[in-house]
Amino acid sequence: MEDLLKVRGLKTYFYTYEGVVKALEGINLDIYKGESLGLVGETGCGKSVTALSIMRLIQWPPGKIIGGEIHFNGKDLLKISEEEMRKIRGAEISMIFQEPMSSLNPVFTIGSQIMEAITLHQNVNKKEAEEKAIEMLNLVRMPDPEKVMNQYPHELSGGMQQRAMIAMALSCRPSLLIADEPTTALDVTVQAQILDVVQRVNKELGSSMLLITHDLGVVAQICDRVAVMYAGYIVEIGTVKQIFKNPQHPYTKGLMNAIPKIHVKTKRLEVIRGVVPNLITPPSGCRFHPRCDHAMDVCKKKVPPVTKVEEEHYVACFLHEGAK
Amino acid sequence: MGFIDEWKKRNESRIKETKFTLSLFRHSLLSMIGLGLIIFIVLIALFAPYLAKEHPTYVRLLNPEGKYVTEERWDIHFGDKLLPPSREHYFGTDDYGHDIFSMIVYGARLSIKIGLLVVISATIIGVILGAIAGYFGGYLDELIMRITDIFLSIPGLILAMAFAAALGRSIEHVMYALIIVWWPTYTRLIRGQILKTREETYVEAARSLGTPDSKIIFKHILPNTFAPVFVQMTMDLGNVVLNAAGLSFIGLGANPGTAEWGLMISMGRVYIFQAWWYVFFPGLAIVLFVLGFNLLGDGLRDVLDPKLRR
Amino acid sequence: MKLRDYIIRRLILLIPILLGVTLLTFTVSHIIPADVARVFAGGEKANPETIARIRAEMHLDDPLYKQYYYYLNDLIHGNLGKSYSENRPVTEAIKQYFPATAELTILAMLLAIPVGILTGIISAVRRNQWIDHITRLIAITGVSIPIFWLALMLQIAFAYKYPILPLDSRLGIDVMAPKHITGLYIFDSLVTGNFAALKSSIYHLILPAFTLGYASLGIILRITRSSMLEIVRSDYIRTARAKGLKERTVIYKHALRNALIPTVTVSGLIFAGLLGGAVLTETIFNWPGMGRFAVNAVNNLDFSSVMGFTVIMAIIMVTANLIVDILYSVLDPRIRLGE
Repeated sequence: MEDLLKVRGLKTYFYTYEGVVKALEGINLDIYKGESLGLVGETGCGKSVTALSIMRLIQWPPGKIIGGEIHFNGKDLLKISEEEMRKIRGAEISMIFQEPMSSLNPVFTIGSQIMEAITLHQNVNKKEAEEKAIEMLNLVRMPDPEKVMNQYPHELSGGMQQRAMIAMALSCRPSLLIADEPTTALDVTVQAQILDVVQRVNKELGSSMLLITHDLGVVAQICDRVAVMYAGYIVEIGTVKQIFKNPQHPYTKGLMNAIPKIHVKTKRLEVIRGVVPNLITPPSGCRFHPRCDHAMDVCKKKVPPVTKVEEEHYVACFLHEGAK
Repeated sequence: MGFIDEWKKRNESRIKETKFTLSLFRHSLLSMIGLGLIIFIVLIALFAPYLAKEHPTYVRLLNPEGKYVTEERWDIHFGDKLLPPSREHYFGTDDYGHDIFSMIVYGARLSIKIGLLVVISATIIGVILGAIAGYFGGYLDELIMRITDIFLSIPGLILAMAFAAALGRSIEHVMYALIIVWWPTYTRLIRGQILKTREETYVEAARSLGTPDSKIIFKHILPNTFAPVFVQMTMDLGNVVLNAAGLSFIGLGANPGTAEWGLMISMGRVYIFQAWWYVFFPGLAIVLFVLGFNLLGDGLRDVLDPKLRR
Repeated sequence: MKLRDYIIRRLILLIPILLGVTLLTFTVSHIIPADVARVFAGGEKANPETIARIRAEMHLDDPLYKQYYYYLNDLIHGNLGKSYSENRPVTEAIKQYFPATAELTILAMLLAIPVGILTGIISAVRRNQWIDHITRLIAITGVSIPIFWLALMLQIAFAYKYPILPLDSRLGIDVMAPKHITGLYIFDSLVTGNFAALKSSIYHLILPAFTLGYASLGIILRITRSSMLEIVRSDYIRTARAKGLKERTVIYKHALRNALIPTVTVSGLIFAGLLGGAVLTETIFNWPGMGRFAVNAVNNLDFSSVMGFTVIMAIIMVTANLIVDILYSVLDPRIRLGE
């Protein structure tokens, strides 16, 4: 599998009134060409921050990327100029967001917003841009595309708004689409449709996707590989089958157990005890140790190294043999 | 001691929020300057008799219309007419020989009185009408809103001018006129706030828990209404005085001889090129007064607005 | 809802408001404690017969609702009564003084709006840097300084101490007014090629227009700044950046368009301030406009002039509010969808 994006040691901190939030503490991630990588974790674990860091959209103040490398297309995205990065945004790496209603500019028509993305990165005239925009709307199976072109965001339903966002993000045929919880704000039935659209269009265009979500069901549906994040670290990564069938990290195991299984009769739902840590004063060593039933002394002192479980499957935990 | 510690623990987050609010406020340089100015002015007004060199006397007269009015009188010393600022007269003297510094100091009392009376009256009217309109809705709401529309269709100063002119020249009439100009703003503000908080999910949540209406109003709706109204009141204290000075300047407010800042500027205008201090210092007093309240109100708004806090 | 329908709706709503305004001015003119007829007849020594005649003319002994009917009738026919201080119909006086006030107000707006919006944006983008502090200072002094005092200070500074600008009036003593087309001297002198008048009128407009516009500039600056600050944090701005747009485009196209909405909402208020401020500014600069006329009327107890002036100002305000509302619906497509 060929590498599209390589993230090494990504560190992002937020300098706030209450203290320094250490949101990302050295993220390592690979995204291959043509695949869908899911990034899962609880709210506040740093998934969105990872995505925004890759796009270099972290706003200062209060956030800052303070270390790491992001290799894409032979360049280190953290070292290139802002102007070069702008050429990449929207054209080679695109992003869609969670709340489609507030993510579209309310005073411009859908058409003008999609066309803006097209004319920005491609050398076409207005007529061609318009045609391309309609083409994209057709691709995302938007009902009545010509009408929608002249409508405003508030006139569309949530599902249609998200389709418009997807059309806009993919209009320049990016090689990587980052989707930050694209279905969380939508009804379940619409959710299924949007996931279907995203999956299909990616396959057709041959682009990769980084899908950020807290919903394991979604991951199981459309991702090839999945990375599990906890409190600013990636604790486990592997193919969907490996993670679901053979989870190694106690946190991943906890997540899998928490999914209610319809065929098993249980009295109580399984939970992971404890709460998500405060990232201003995070736990020492392995950030999961306060909630881990198998925590050992070394877990409190040192950050666990990443070790290989099997091909394509890695975990960061002292429990695993290779770590000792 | 145990009781206090327990209270502290229970209200920990509320205490933290208040501390955060106060620290935001303290760190806002402009708010502190505003607060400082206002304290300074209030102190001057309070200690006017001790700070001023000359003091007015108050005379009760029967005016041509048969009503008793109280007029302010200052002793005249034509010998000291139009003296420039000196150690004797910090701000110089006017064309009757009055010490301008003394007049300004007493003028502070008058301005504070005007500001407070008008703003508080307008707020009271606003709370009553706004609450009725916001809470009951329907025809009453429509009616009250249309009436405020009508009042707001006439530029403030001009409406005040019309009323003050019709009523006759006096400070009291200026205050009535300004209350008439100001009440629609508060009515709309409070009504708007009540409408907004009424729809909030936490009110619905409280209702679904079975909370009685009165408790909802007092515990949930009113506290959230309070902040913007308070900010508005603070800033309007300055604006009212600004308008009152304008009306006095035109000739509608204080009677000649009263130490009112706007009136003094109007009297001093004739001597503008020979005795700049006559116009300068009363105006400066107005600027500091209004500036203080505007800065304070601005700072309060920044601090209390939940969106701009972090 | 289509824009055209929205405009029609607003026009219809205009009527009850105008009626209400006339009711209000009618009420005000009837709380005057002085006997209006006596004042008109000449005051203390007036002939009782003359007073009686004037009372009949002005319908002062009729029941109130009938008086209101006459009042409304007069208004519709453009009759605002007789000006006691100028001894001619109020309407005629106002017609004469209108262009001067209009020119002054328009120029004040031309100063306040573009400068206010631009500095508001810069202030927001460079939040808490030195330029932000300076512009905020300008804004806050603008609303804290009494217009009439600012005018006087400017007069001392630029017409006396360093006399580079004229003290008052619309034109120099030696300059003839341009041929009357609109009454707006700048326009008229440009159109008739009268460059002496053009130069003189511009010079004479500088101080009054600046004085009048300064407070409005402050308000516009603050509103633009605060709405920009809020909008710059919204999701759709994040999307715009994610598309790869230049920061300049993000601010001046995506953010500004939304930020202008609260600014437009406030412009009604600003315009009210301008009209009120014009009264004071014209007094100081001896500007031959409606404001100065009204102040004179006040000091001469010429109530019909004061009332006539008030009615006209109200009509102007209501019209301005209508324009603002329409502008608002053009800018914000969300509100067109029914109220």
